[in-house]
Amino acid sequence: MAEQNTRQDTLEYAQRLGDDAVVLGHRLSEWCSNAPFLEEDLALANTALDFIGRARMYYGYAAELADDGRDEDDFAYLRDQRDYRNLLLHELPRGDFAFTQARQYFIDVYNQLFLEELRQSADERLAAIAAKAVKESRYHLRRSRDWMLRLGDGTEESHRRTQTAVDNLWGYTHELFELDPLEQRLVDAGVAVDVAALRDPWREQVGTLLDEATLRQPADDWAVRGGREGYHTENLGHLLTEMQALHRAYPGCSW
Amino acid sequence: MVAAARSRPTDTAWRLRLARREASGLPEIWALLDRLTDPEIPAVSLWDLGILRDLAWRDGRLIVTITPTYCGCPAMSEIEADIRATLEQAGYGPVEIETELKPAWSTDELSPEAREALRGYGIAPPCIGSALTEKPQCPRCGSGQTHPLAEFGSTACKALWQCDECHEAFDYFKPI
Ligand SMILES: [Zn+2]
Repeated sequence: MAEQNTRQDTLEYAQRLGDDAVVLGHRLSEWCSNAPFLEEDLALANTALDFIGRARMYYGYAAELADDGRDEDDFAYLRDQRDYRNLLLHELPRGDFAFTQARQYFIDVYNQLFLEELRQSADERLAAIAAKAVKESRYHLRRSRDWMLRLGDGTEESHRRTQTAVDNLWGYTHELFELDPLEQRLVDAGVAVDVAALRDPWREQVGTLLDEATLRQPADDWAVRGGREGYHTENLGHLLTEMQALHRAYPGCSW
Repeated sequence: MVAAARSRPTDTAWRLRLARREASGLPEIWALLDRLTDPEIPAVSLWDLGILRDLAWRDGRLIVTITPTYCGCPAMSEIEADIRATLEQAGYGPVEIETELKPAWSTDELSPEAREALRGYGIAPPCIGSALTEKPQCPRCGSGQTHPLAEFGSTACKALWQCDECHEAFDYFKPI
């Protein structure tokens, strides 16, 4: 019975991680052919692919655990926004380039800490996915960190835009470090990452970088949460509409 | 001691892979697959790149074990289709392709031939040991004086670097 429950919880957990990855991957892909210059266009598109690839691995695992005939595409394309459980930070519109890089930086620092822990998971499959993904996150972080320095400590305008991005994103970062009962059960079972323990190291790394980039760490005077419960900002619905339209109009279509 | 260890970077990952290939005992099937290359780097075979991991017969079916390079490598489905078509045409089908994630693919698994082929193709091969800080040698003039231009080159697996001596820009196969 306990084993059955852990299986069901793990399915949900893999799906959540897949949701985070696919939503951010889609946001990054929106830059394709719109980035400020060619190298950055390639970098954003390649990073998007990494996240979409992660989503496929998490969803593929969720589909195996579900064992009800669904495949990774069903998870990505046939669930509505209330069924999506991504953390809200991932779904915010891409904004300007500073916003995209600031969000990416926050998530890259988080992922490096998170995946390093998930590698130790008692669930072998999740551990294997994490071991693979963490290597890519090292590269992502190196790049987004560089951009934070360049933009924060750059021109007056790049500084202003980056500070605005940091201010507007900050209230969405609290949710990254909160456990709901399901994740707490999985932490107890050695499967999930205790994200509450990542908060201090995350804040330390981010705080140091913000200083170095001459940016101000915002006050903790507001927070938005609800992603893991399926309560989203209005933005996710628009994103899914675009992402799912083709698959819903032509189910199973390939080219 | 330290100097000796440095001058001989570990190629354990590659040796383990070679041992697994030899232990499979299916040289004629491996030879068939040796012809297949990565669609994005046609100079290097799938085997040399480390995508192909093992071959085995199980319950009368040929099982091909592969591992993806990058999570989002868009070439993987094409690669699987190539493997399938090649083996099935040679009468080994229908084959089963299994994806192995553990251990995660690393550029340390590249064969010595792959490193040479990359260099010949104008791509600096990854340094062994996944050291992010090490500088690649210019694949054209061999100079060690190089600097990065962009973290991503034409594909996810490459970065764009430039040589300080001959001033050519070149792709660097990132160590991962
Ligand atoms: Zn040169």
